[in-house]
Amino acid sequence: MKQLAVISGKGGTGKTSVVASLAYLSAWDAPVTTADCDVDAANLALLLPGEDIRVEPFWSGRRARIDAQSCTLCGYCAERCRASAIRVQDCAVVDPLACEGCGVCALVCPVDAVSFADNQAGVWMERRTRFGPLIHAALGIAQDNSGKLVARVREEACAVAERDHIDLILVDGPPGIGCPVHASLTGCDLALVVTEPTPSGEHDLERVLALLDHFRVPAAVLINKHDLSAELTSRIEALARRADAPVVGRLPFSPEVPRALARGELPLAVEAVSVPLCEAWERIAALLSRSTVGALARPRALTDSLI
Amino acid sequence: MCRIAIASGKGGTGKTLVSTSLAWLLAREGHPIAYVDADVEEPNGHLFLHPELIDRKRYARPVPELVRGTCSGCGECQRFCQSNAIVALRDRIMLFPELCSSCGGCVLACGEAALGERPREIGTIESGTAWTESRDPIRFLAATLDVGEARATPLIRGLLDRVEDPGIALIDAPPGTSCSVMEIVKAVDRVVLVTEPTPFGLHDLVLAVEMTRALGKPVMAVVNRSDLGHDLTQEYLASEQIEMAAEIPFLPEVAEAYAQGRIAAAASPELCSLLIPLGRRLIAEASS
Repeated sequence: MKQLAVISGKGGTGKTSVVASLAYLSAWDAPVTTADCDVDAANLALLLPGEDIRVEPFWSGRRARIDAQSCTLCGYCAERCRASAIRVQDCAVVDPLACEGCGVCALVCPVDAVSFADNQAGVWMERRTRFGPLIHAALGIAQDNSGKLVARVREEACAVAERDHIDLILVDGPPGIGCPVHASLTGCDLALVVTEPTPSGEHDLERVLALLDHFRVPAAVLINKHDLSAELTSRIEALARRADAPVVGRLPFSPEVPRALARGELPLAVEAVSVPLCEAWERIAALLSRSTVGALARPRALTDSLI
Repeated sequence: MCRIAIASGKGGTGKTLVSTSLAWLLAREGHPIAYVDADVEEPNGHLFLHPELIDRKRYARPVPELVRGTCSGCGECQRFCQSNAIVALRDRIMLFPELCSSCGGCVLACGEAALGERPREIGTIESGTAWTESRDPIRFLAATLDVGEARATPLIRGLLDRVEDPGIALIDAPPGTSCSVMEIVKAVDRVVLVTEPTPFGLHDLVLAVEMTRALGKPVMAVVNRSDLGHDLTQEYLASEQIEMAAEIPFLPEVAEAYAQGRIAAAASPELCSLLIPLGRRLIAEASS
């Protein structure tokens, strides 16, 4: 089984649209499993309609509770809590939004007044789409365990792929370079970095490529809206060369793309974008050692079937 | 002092564009203003403000270290640790500082004083001043997380602790609604959410509004690329009674300035006139 993570560093470069398009293209050969790992702003399901056949709670972490009956208001817990989650006045109160569940309060409490409640940090879902199963999730409001929820989405995606004998998982990653991104990359065969030729895009790409080098995940680069700046596009290509990351494609800017997305259609429905996307998929498939069938004949058929 | 987070939910909606432009506008009117880049995973404000940096400090958080020769291998530290950062073997312990949440509990849990704490560097905090072309100062603060480091929140906390100037601090947040953003929202007086009127933008706006409200902070919205024409965003803001502080259509001069690494407001009088009411609001609030 192969796993491709699509990440970007900078937000809003087009990760989700690219993942949905690649899901469409790869599903021509065989069903594909998709995993939306941008769990605190999950959008892939908006482009991959279908029925959620499973909705499961995601339990993660715990929150301290202080029993007012036995608490003597000594204040040791508040003093030692580095998350500043406990306030002791007339009684000791834990702020559930600040508590990290570390347990220091329970450790220092002289009268055993602290107990813990399990915390539901969100839900994850399995959806049946026309391209194959999608695992997606919703982090609870004001919940902070996104890295762990990403790890759960990845696990479930692997389990579903195995169950359905699917040999490709497409991971829609979060922006940034922190823990949810690390969780999205673990065990991936290739990371596709979607970038754009702007100063922010270039700067963020540099940090993402350094992260991929750090974790030794092979990288490939897709330049979105390449025609915004020829100069920055060539700088980005030089950056990719230095990092040994092949540039698998350049997509032009098209005002039609946001319009297509607003209608719930894939960017593949836009002719100017569909041909370079198909070519990019051919190159990505080659990097994943996957054979594809007649990809270059697809654009016309695509536009026909999508519109 | 008034702290304002510029946040978004969805990435790439224009947080940095709005926060650098607002900082520039308010500085030019003579207000004491600080721009704080708290998107520590991918900080970009310096690409537009071009600050003169006067201070650069490494930032460290505490993680456990073994005090040689005293550990009996009892495993209390491992049993305590909720982050799986300690593995106790029969004759020694292994520490995984990258997983540690710096709660300090393992040191307390150790009955043998075998554990102490050492600082672990996770990033850099820089400060300095950016200038408008008429030499009005914008105090600049930014933090950058080391590549490979997982936990951004301690660095964000360290950065926000250094915001002390009078006046207004505009805090440029990362995208999303999770730990890093919450850390910032908890520390501010008000949140300005920058969104775009698309189905993705609206979906993530709703999540960001709910998170902000759960943390009890007042929220207002800036709609960027307002010409994309998705009425549902406006309808949502109206139904939730969220003030629309500015609507910014696509402006070619803004896109051009952005591509060249310049402050958009400095290149676009139209953008200035769209953002001035929001700037005035924030000033009035800061002085009240």
